Formats: sequence, C-alpha cells, structure tokens
Amino acid sequence: MHPATIARMGRHDMLDDFFTRALVAGIGVAIVAGPLGCFVIWRRMAYFGDTLSHSALLGVSLALLLQVNATLAVGAVSMLLAILLVILQRKNTLSSDAILGLLSHSALALGLVCLAFMTWVRVDLLGLLFGDILSVTKLDIAMIFAGGSFVLAVLISIWRKLFAATVSPDLAAGEGLNPDRTELIFMLLTAVVIAISLKIIGALLITALLIIPAAAARRLSATPEQMAVMSALLGAVAVVSGLYASLNYDTPSGPSIVVAAMVLFVISLAPGGRFVRSLLVKRQGDQS
Amino acid sequence: MNDSNATLVQLDRAGVRAGGDWLVRGVDLTVSPGEIVTLIGPNGSGKSTTAKMALGILRPSEGTARRGPNLTVGYVPQKLAIDWTLPLTVHRFLRLTNPLTDAECREALERTGAESLLHSEVRTLSGGELQRVMLARAIARKPDLLVLDEPVQGVDYSGEIAIYDLISEIRNTQGCGILMISHDLHVVMAAADQVICLNGHVCCRGTPSEIGQNDAYHALFGTRAGAGLAVYEHRHDHEHLPDGQVRHADGSICSSCSGEHHDHASGDDRADGKARHAG
Repeated sequence: MHPATIARMGRHDMLDDFFTRALVAGIGVAIVAGPLGCFVIWRRMAYFGDTLSHSALLGVSLALLLQVNATLAVGAVSMLLAILLVILQRKNTLSSDAILGLLSHSALALGLVCLAFMTWVRVDLLGLLFGDILSVTKLDIAMIFAGGSFVLAVLISIWRKLFAATVSPDLAAGEGLNPDRTELIFMLLTAVVIAISLKIIGALLITALLIIPAAAARRLSATPEQMAVMSALLGAVAVVSGLYASLNYDTPSGPSIVVAAMVLFVISLAPGGRFVRSLLVKRQGDQS
Repeated sequence: MNDSNATLVQLDRAGVRAGGDWLVRGVDLTVSPGEIVTLIGPNGSGKSTTAKMALGILRPSEGTARRGPNLTVGYVPQKLAIDWTLPLTVHRFLRLTNPLTDAECREALERTGAESLLHSEVRTLSGGELQRVMLARAIARKPDLLVLDEPVQGVDYSGEIAIYDLISEIRNTQGCGILMISHDLHVVMAAADQVICLNGHVCCRGTPSEIGQNDAYHALFGTRAGAGLAVYEHRHDHEHLPDGQVRHADGSICSSCSGEHHDHASGDDRADGKARHAG
C-alpha cells in the first residue's frame, strides 16, 4: 500500500465524508444565522440582507480574478457594500428602499457579467446561486467555525446596545448608547455570515436562512434571547433535514434547506406553538 | 444653581438643515437642574428637532449643542415603532438601557400609574399606556436631564393631570432638569419655568404669563390662545378640581374652546407657584 494512503487512513476522520462536512458546516452556519436573523427581522432589514447576499457573486468573481479565497473575497465585498449603503443612506438622496434595490441588483448583475467575461474559468453558477453540498472543504468548515464564533462573540458583546437601538434608535442615541456605531458593526457581522453561508445555501437564498428560522421562532419565544436561541435551533433542524433531502432526492442544497425552514415556519403557526410559548411565558413569570 | 457650570444642556444659535431646508435655526436654550423648559409651537416648527439637538441625536448644522459631562439622560421619544416579531415585555423594556431590579421596575410603574402592565407585551399597549410605561422607564434611570416629547399624548384626562403633577414632583424631588414638548397649551404651562415658542426659529420666550401676553405668540396661535394660558393658570392654582371641571378646561385645542372658559380663568397667584418651584 502506498505510504500516503496509509497515512491518510491513520488520520481518517468523519470530515472525510462530503456529506458530514456539509452537515457540520450547515449547522455551524445555522447557529450563527439564527440570532443575527432575529435582528434582521426585528429591524426590518430583510432587503438589506438580500442586497448583501446578492453581492456575493461579485465577491466570487473577484476571488477568481485575483486568485484569493472566495469566502474572504465575498466577506470583503459584502462589508464594503454595507459601508457604502450606510454612506448613501446618510446622504438622503434616494429612499433607502430604492438604494437597496439599486445596489442589490447592480451587484448581482455585475457579478454575473464578470463571471461571464472570465471564459478561462469554469464556474458552477447553479452551485453559487443555490448552494452545493459537494463543494464544502475542511478549510470552509474551519472558516465557518472561526468566523461564526467571532460573529457570535461580537454579537453577544453588543447585544444590549444593539437591542436598545432596535427598539428605538432615537432613544438609544438620546441616552448615550451610540446606535450608529452598533448598527454598523451589526451590518458587518451580517456580511461575515453571508460570506460563510455562500457554499451551503447559495447567494440567492442566504437571506432565507436569516429570516425564516427567526420568523418560525417568533411564536415559540417569550423573550428576545429565547427567540435567538430558538431561531438557531430551528435553523439547525432546517439545515439537517434540508441536506438529507438534498442527498436523497438530488435537489440543490439551498432550496432544500429553505423548504425545510418554511415547513418549520408553517408548523410554528399551528396551535401547538402557542402552547409552547405559554409555557415559556409562564416560566419567565415564575423567575421574575 | 444657575451657575453656568451646572447647566445640563446648552444650545447656542443651534440649527439643523436637512436636504437644503432649515428644520429649525438660531435656537438658544439652556436647561439647568430643577428647571422645566417647555417647547411649544405648531406642527413642523422644529420642537422635536430642537429636543434631538439637545439630546445629541442630531448634530447641529450651525451653532453648538453642549451637554454636561457624565449626564444621565432619560428620554421619552414621540413614538416607538416596534416590529410585531420582537417579543418585548414592559419588564424588559424598562431595563432597556440600564439595569434595574424588579422592585425598581414596579416602583417606577407605580409612579406613572401603570403597575398592572409589568408583564404586558409592549406592542399590545394602548397609546396612553405606552406613554406611562415610557415615562416610567425614563424616570427609573434617575436622570439628571429628562427630555419628554409630548409625554401625555393619548393619555386620558385625569391621567394627564396626574402625569404633569408627577413631572413637577420629579423635578422637585430629584432636582433634575426637564425639557418638555407639548401641544397642549392649557396644561403644559403648569410647571414650566420657561416657555420657548418655536416656529422654525425662536418666536418668543419667557415665563408662561409673559408668553401669554406676547404679540408673536398671539400671531402664531391666535388671540384666543391667551385665554388658554389663563385657563391653565387657573387649573394650576387649583390642582384638585373635580373631574368634570378638569375635563371642561382641557379642550385639546385652545382656540376652539377658550371662549367658554373665561369665567374659570380668574385666579392668578402664579407667583406663589413660582416660589414653591424655585424652592
């Protein structure tokens, strides 16, 4: 037997299986996307998430052009776009809705055009748009867990301020919490999550992983923190069931995960959801 | 107390421009500890903008806004837009910007007459209930400066009087400075030491009685508004009017109801009120 093969067998671990890699990566992404997604819906920033995720293609084409890591390039482009958005919104030229629409579709179109120009590289466009579980590498997993831990740590550290700014930016500003800075940090965190989610769920559907588990968690939670945890759990369930469906039925991973999340959301609307919530409310009442 | 070092907030010829238009300009304003300054003026006259400059939410495009160092501010904004997906109980809302014990939460709600709402969801509160909760949150911070943007909107008549009494009481017991905005000319004048009438600029300023006699004020609000002030002074002198009379005097727009109140506006021992507040 070839020595290299023996060495590889010696280091054999569960991450050698592509499906396990996808599962681990997907769960990692879901756990980060859950709490962040709660803020996205509380702050009514769904379209903002869409805009950042559509810029992911532009990041990928830059990565191919400059021969750098795709996740890093996507993260950098998303962050730049987030900063650009903040600057444009402060200028008060167009409504922020129109600015988002403009940047969202421009970034998507620009990415597609750039990719089309690079005839020397073969790109799996469907995989970029809708996710590809075959493509997850160990390096991706490392980046997801490193990036994800970083995002969660920062989110926890700004939680109180961000929450106050979400309830009322004026109130937070008036009482000295500096909401502008907190909001910018939040936007940059969202950009990081988009970068690490790209391979699993695809540029077109990343926002769904932010929004749908959070929306499903709403009816099952009595406090913001419960909702964040519940959203992470539901996201993980959606990822696992979506990936299994993707494997069994040979469907693209992103849409499969989104369909699974949607099913969870519909279930959360059932009367049972209210029951779970009433239990949580009661428990909270007992604590205080 | 009127020492400039003790000034909580000071606007100096301050103005804000947005999209080429001045929202308000040339505002001079100071709030000292224990002082209630009330901003009045028609819609779009720059009252909220001025308050936001004082709070540091808006940066003045011209002039300066200065606040004292390490100032604890309690702010009741004009509105609160909370998404229905945000689970937020009153209990949690009270602790939004500062840690509070459960006892402190209950005490603050009791002071604003909202003690039964502790475990309610904020988005299910009525307008008046929300005002009481927001005020409770602001005073629970034990602020040096309290900024109230229309603190009684949506509050019922008897509650309105109670809240204005509470505001005077907070000023007297905690010695904080209060910057208040109101449309309600009748009631606002109660405890105000200084009234600033805005209409894109400072139209006039002074004590409530001075303002009531000011020509610019009459030009802005109509001559009958003066009667509104007189009505108010009457009420201030007799805080424990029966409900019927309070309701009667508290027509929301002074010009539409001032005429019929003339006979109530006779008492004028405003000076006593001033002396008590100054003490």
